[in-house]
Amino acid sequence: MRLEMTLQPQDAVRKRLVLGCGALAYDMVDLIKKNEVLDQVVDIQCLPAKLHHTPQFIAAEVEKVLAARVQDYADIYVAYGDCGTAGELDKVLQKYNAKRIPGEHCFEFFAGAGEYAEITEAELGSFFLTDFLVKQFDHFVIEGLGLDRYPELFDVYFEHYTQMVYLAQTEDPKLQEKARAYAEDFGMKYIYRYVGVSALAPLVEGLAVEVNHA
Amino acid sequence: MSEDQEDFDLNDLDNKELVEQIQDDLYDGLDEEVAEGVEILLGRGIDANDVLGDALVGGMKVVGEDFRDGILFVPEVLKCAAAMKSGMVLLRPILAKSAIDISLGKFVIGTVKGDIHDIGKNLVGMMLEGAGFEVIDLGINNPVENYLEAIDEHKPVIMGMSALLTTTMPYMGVVIEEFDKRGLMDEVHVMVGGAPLNQEFADAIGAPAYGRDAARSAELAAAYVEANR
Repeated sequence: MRLEMTLQPQDAVRKRLVLGCGALAYDMVDLIKKNEVLDQVVDIQCLPAKLHHTPQFIAAEVEKVLAARVQDYADIYVAYGDCGTAGELDKVLQKYNAKRIPGEHCFEFFAGAGEYAEITEAELGSFFLTDFLVKQFDHFVIEGLGLDRYPELFDVYFEHYTQMVYLAQTEDPKLQEKARAYAEDFGMKYIYRYVGVSALAPLVEGLAVEVNHA
Repeated sequence: MSEDQEDFDLNDLDNKELVEQIQDDLYDGLDEEVAEGVEILLGRGIDANDVLGDALVGGMKVVGEDFRDGILFVPEVLKCAAAMKSGMVLLRPILAKSAIDISLGKFVIGTVKGDIHDIGKNLVGMMLEGAGFEVIDLGINNPVENYLEAIDEHKPVIMGMSALLTTTMPYMGVVIEEFDKRGLMDEVHVMVGGAPLNQEFADAIGAPAYGRDAARSAELAAAYVEANR
């Protein structure tokens, strides 16, 4: 799933921007900081993860950044899925010649399309967690869905879910323990899969190849 | 708002004020208050259809607009829907017994195969009922056979499909293709909707109508029926 970029000679002196969802911030920073060359030529900017609660505004918020910064960079990568924008995000990216990782949501591209399909085909009622969602469960899931204020909405959201699938970016026993407890609280079967950050790695590798050739 | 202002009797309001108060209570997700207001209006002899349209559907339209504009969020919208439901429970039996048939016809609705998401579909169903349709809800994860059986059994005016995933929305095209093969596209009006859809997708799969949100879907459906009466 390598994202291809076309490098022009004048681009060599210009930096690249990775514009991503705040839910991916830690993983993006970690991957890019590990690469000394990239660390020098790639800027990272994140938009608040809470935008996922109002997906109708994601494309517009991304566009604000692209419009303001497109001139400053040789290329811009957007680390978002479609994220419920109904194709609006892709329209914006096309306008600014920016690219994104294919996939609907971050948990889909973290798992890889094949594994994601395998899990959901085996059990449609799969509720996915990532490291970010485990760490931010109370804020992002409980408060975000209003379950702290309206616990009576639980069945409205989760009536058809039977299992909680933790697609882990790191092998962290504490996070695993928390995820297992959340599954138990929600009355769901718990499934753990370590998937790492391989989904974001091709993006970084693509950048590295370009920079090395520049 | 002071405590004095909060504690007032809905019976003290005139009909117009009460309709506005029900709309406010619906917006605030206060199901008991909405039900009480509806009961008072019915007790005053106000036509159930007017109560439904003015107080409940009118209130939900504002909710829909504020959700679209990012003023209300999903949990609040769901509370509003529950409040509307509390009023609908009281109105439904009266409307069913109404001597005048004000029904716009039957509307079969269901989430497509491979998809278990039904929050949006349920909101659409409620708005359709509010608009005057008899809604037959097929639930979630429906293969084409379920839609075909429902059409055979219920003879709906409109059939709606919903999907929340980009991986499941193409199945709508499969259903439409099957309908087309069987010559059903002339018999039933097909509508599609769901968060990842847009008009371009609806056009690409040959869907005659696309509802971008619950309120708009109900408006489109009602307009279709009115135009084809």
